[in-house]
Amino acid sequence: MPMNIVFLLFCAVLVVMGGIAFVLSRAKATRVRATGMAMHAQPDQYAWFAALATAGPALLVSALGAFALLLMGAEIPTFYLLAASLVIALIGLIMGLNKVRPEFHARRAIEGVIRKLLAVAAMISILTTLGILLSIISEALRFFQLHSFWDFVTGTTWNPGASFLSAAGRAEGGSAAQFGSIPLFAGTFMITLIAMLVAIPFGLGAAIYMVEFAPMRVRKAAKPVIEVLAGIPTVVYGVFAALTVAPLVVDIAGLFGLDASYSNALAPGLVMGIMIIPFISSLSDDVINSVPNSLREGALALGITKSEMVRNVVVPAAAPGIISASLLAVSRALGETMIVVMAAGMRPNLTANPLEDMTTVTVSIVAALTGDQEFESAQTLSAFALGLVLFIVTLTLNVVSVFMIRRFREKYRVNNL
Amino acid sequence: MNDTTLQNFQTQQDSSTASEEAVRHYSDAPTPDKGQPVTRNESIEENLSVRVRDLSLWYGEHQALNDISIDIFANTVTALIGPSGCGKSTFLRCLNRMNDLISSVRIKGLVEMDGHDVNARGMDEVALRRRVGMVFQKPNPFPKSIYENVAYAPRMHDMVSRKADQDELVERALRDAGLWSEVKDKLHEPGTSLSGGQQQRLCIARAIAVRPDIILMDEPTSALDPISTATIEDLMDKLKKDFTIVTVTHNMQQAARVADYTAFFHLGDMIEYNATKQMFANPHTKKAEDYITGRYG
Amino acid sequence: MSQSFEEISAQLKKRHRRSARMKWMTMGALILSAAFLVVFISDMVVRGWPAFQQAQIQVEVSYDEQSQKLPLAAVDEDVRPLISRGFFRPLPRKMEDNPALMGTTQTQWVIADSRVDQYLKGNEDRLRPADKETLENLVEEGRADLKFNTTFFTTGDSKMPEMAGIASAAIGTVMTMLVTMAVCFPIGVMTAVYLEEFAPDNKLTQIIEININNLAAVPSILFGLLGLAIYISFFGVPRSSPLVGGLTLALMTLPVIIISTRAALRSVPDSIRHAAFGVGCSRWQVVRDHVLPVSLPGILTGSIIGLAQAMGETAPLIIVGMVAFIPDASFSITGASTVMPAQIFTWASEPNSAFAEKTAGGILVLLAVLIFLNALAVWLRNKFERRW
Repeated sequence: MPMNIVFLLFCAVLVVMGGIAFVLSRAKATRVRATGMAMHAQPDQYAWFAALATAGPALLVSALGAFALLLMGAEIPTFYLLAASLVIALIGLIMGLNKVRPEFHARRAIEGVIRKLLAVAAMISILTTLGILLSIISEALRFFQLHSFWDFVTGTTWNPGASFLSAAGRAEGGSAAQFGSIPLFAGTFMITLIAMLVAIPFGLGAAIYMVEFAPMRVRKAAKPVIEVLAGIPTVVYGVFAALTVAPLVVDIAGLFGLDASYSNALAPGLVMGIMIIPFISSLSDDVINSVPNSLREGALALGITKSEMVRNVVVPAAAPGIISASLLAVSRALGETMIVVMAAGMRPNLTANPLEDMTTVTVSIVAALTGDQEFESAQTLSAFALGLVLFIVTLTLNVVSVFMIRRFREKYRVNNL
Repeated sequence: MNDTTLQNFQTQQDSSTASEEAVRHYSDAPTPDKGQPVTRNESIEENLSVRVRDLSLWYGEHQALNDISIDIFANTVTALIGPSGCGKSTFLRCLNRMNDLISSVRIKGLVEMDGHDVNARGMDEVALRRRVGMVFQKPNPFPKSIYENVAYAPRMHDMVSRKADQDELVERALRDAGLWSEVKDKLHEPGTSLSGGQQQRLCIARAIAVRPDIILMDEPTSALDPISTATIEDLMDKLKKDFTIVTVTHNMQQAARVADYTAFFHLGDMIEYNATKQMFANPHTKKAEDYITGRYG
Repeated sequence: MSQSFEEISAQLKKRHRRSARMKWMTMGALILSAAFLVVFISDMVVRGWPAFQQAQIQVEVSYDEQSQKLPLAAVDEDVRPLISRGFFRPLPRKMEDNPALMGTTQTQWVIADSRVDQYLKGNEDRLRPADKETLENLVEEGRADLKFNTTFFTTGDSKMPEMAGIASAAIGTVMTMLVTMAVCFPIGVMTAVYLEEFAPDNKLTQIIEININNLAAVPSILFGLLGLAIYISFFGVPRSSPLVGGLTLALMTLPVIIISTRAALRSVPDSIRHAAFGVGCSRWQVVRDHVLPVSLPGILTGSIIGLAQAMGETAPLIIVGMVAFIPDASFSITGASTVMPAQIFTWASEPNSAFAEKTAGGILVLLAVLIFLNALAVWLRNKFERRW
């Protein structure tokens, strides 16, 4: 029999058994209640408990078995596993029925199970983080066994293409794979810098205008526009950067007699900045909004003009929150992939000229994992090493930003007495 | 009001007997000259500071002030009292146009200061607020150092050019606010590190550093403990030598202690305006009397 | 002592000018951001609009023995080069399926070659002079024209631009999103319910909370690395399948759903919980019967926004191989598949410029879906939002 039919059959039997447990225990509970005995729970609750006792342990056992089968390579025949599960289900059914007694707290038992289920669900986010960490770290460690960590951190040449040659023992003069990540990080920081130079002034400016100057109507109209901007997928921004902005940059640079590459760093930087504007503006909007109005009134009552108030009182008061928003934005820009994959170059290039093409960490990760490479090759593993660095940097930025926003909040709780 | 009159006044209050002086101008008739207090406080030589005539204010459709007319005299303390929601704070905020910050507000009537209608089109509200300072209910020091809190506005107004002048101005304002001895060693700590009462005095120092003509105080002691309250009440008494003070208070005892004149507001109307002694000893109107004697509040 | 209003106002002039300048500058920032949106959308519309049109040619198709063997023979030699190879290829199969066609000659509109299409749209001229002449004649006779491009919505990817469509990517997106939501909606809501209603305030809870916030800020590409290392190499989930893509996106969307569900649960006032406790409900009964029903619109709104976000995501899917070339739509969740943003990415990297309009056309379709989803979320929020 094919696997999925067996599986379906198993599920059907379980459902039927659960149903039987439900009906029988309900009938029993109703019967007991009809005799006038006071029970600790409703018949339905006994019924649910019995159904749970039937299906729950059986599912758990089969899931554990399947896990062992897949991962540990344990040799348990599927048929025995399912049969054992069904036996457990039968035991559960009998016990569940047996538990239909007035002094049994069926509701409490069910809620205990529900509570545990919810807690297990909550643990999944932890598992995800652990999964990311473990998968990246273990692969990265394997990479660092092949190539020195020091070369990775300080090397200025990124040339993974030749790695299969060296793996085949054909590393001939100068063609050996090199994994110096500095050009990648230089490219990433260059593009991030350009993005921030666009996003911070515009995002912050828009937020200040919306909170401090704009009439209600403008605020109401502008908010959805900014939300739409935030909802545009990054691949779309990538197309825009590659097809529209990059040629434009080349043309404009040409007007000034400059020679720009079609995969220059400026185009993805600018478009990434535009992508991040709504992010910064909505976070700053929240932060500026939460600066207490009493500070604004205090400044205005001294005969301070509105813009002086904004510049000297509101913005400094909101500064920790604004910095925190900007750090989050930097972390986003560092990890942004599609725009740079589509619009930035593939050539690792250590330069300070944004009109040249350069590549980034995320581009290299994508490049390393989309070729027809063996999973074990140094190039593939290098993606995980880069991913590890990216994870550490973005995590640090995030933690610092959370710390700053918390200080901002505490400050104003204190100040409001 | 000096200390002796204050004491006298309190004795009057306690014994609930009207002094001879208080009954002199007693009359049940409506105020003859609208805006003038029913009884002038003759212990003070009065110059008109602000003249308000038929001031009405609406929040959207809701009328919050109803034809208010009042004269506020220079170098006095005028207290605005009344049950909450009576419009006293709203009225106070008309004097430095703080109500401009609320978009739905509509104002009609005259608020005249130094020969100018403050609501006139040509009046610059920033200039107005430089001459009419304000202290708020909750202390709101800027998130800057104590020194900067005081020095900031004078520097923006180009009142000082040299660092030494600025230091002197800060010291003087802090001395006037009675805070200097407490903070002189920690001028560069954040203003928010002070206690509530100290913060409020810092806000007063901040306001007087600009040398305004009038200082508005919106329930300045309601968020403070009794000792800080007493300090600030003393301060108000000292400051009226240099400034005109208009204070809103929900605390009638405070009005009785510090004010030369008291105006009683009720549901957007100004019911009675009188010398404080007169107001508390022998109010003209039933509503004011009921409020003062605690029938409602 | 104090200055007159006139003096002060005179001093203030310069400061007011500066104040106005700041207002205009910040306003400019907002206007430029909005202007960008306009430029961007109009750029995409101008580029993408042609994708919804396709050149078609009216020809006489003869279904006979010869064209069964050699499909090109079905039409006249002159127009043959103008017609898409995508039309000829399925001809024998069509005749097999429908024997009644055999021996007939029918006049029908058929899909023209991409070069014809591009020529008629005025983009580029890669036709041979002789073909061009034939085409001009056909146009004059009204037998060659641009018509609504149904192919774009009914077929999958193709190496022939005129045959390429968004359908298989759309189906891939639907399958992937089904997997994503099936996994992350229950887990997300359960986590949020646990954290808001059940969790004791201890270290573990705090760690979970911090962890969720951090997870929300992890670059999406790292989820791709997780999917590759754990799902594909460790668990052996088939590469390029909606299953692996959906599971990867589920982990990415989880924090969004948890955070918005928690906000929705928190907006339910405690008075409701207290009232329910007061009539003897247990904690779970309070949650199930009172808190969840009133916060459901908020939860749905957050989930739709999370769904829209996952639908536009590309980077982690590239890593798990969902940029496959998928000519035929498949409803399997374990077979190779692609999604709309990945399809856009594939087309964008095609050197043939006829794919540029497909790229922009795909973007318009994707944006339309996303805007619809966001509008739905806003509508839900406005319709059911309660002020307590």
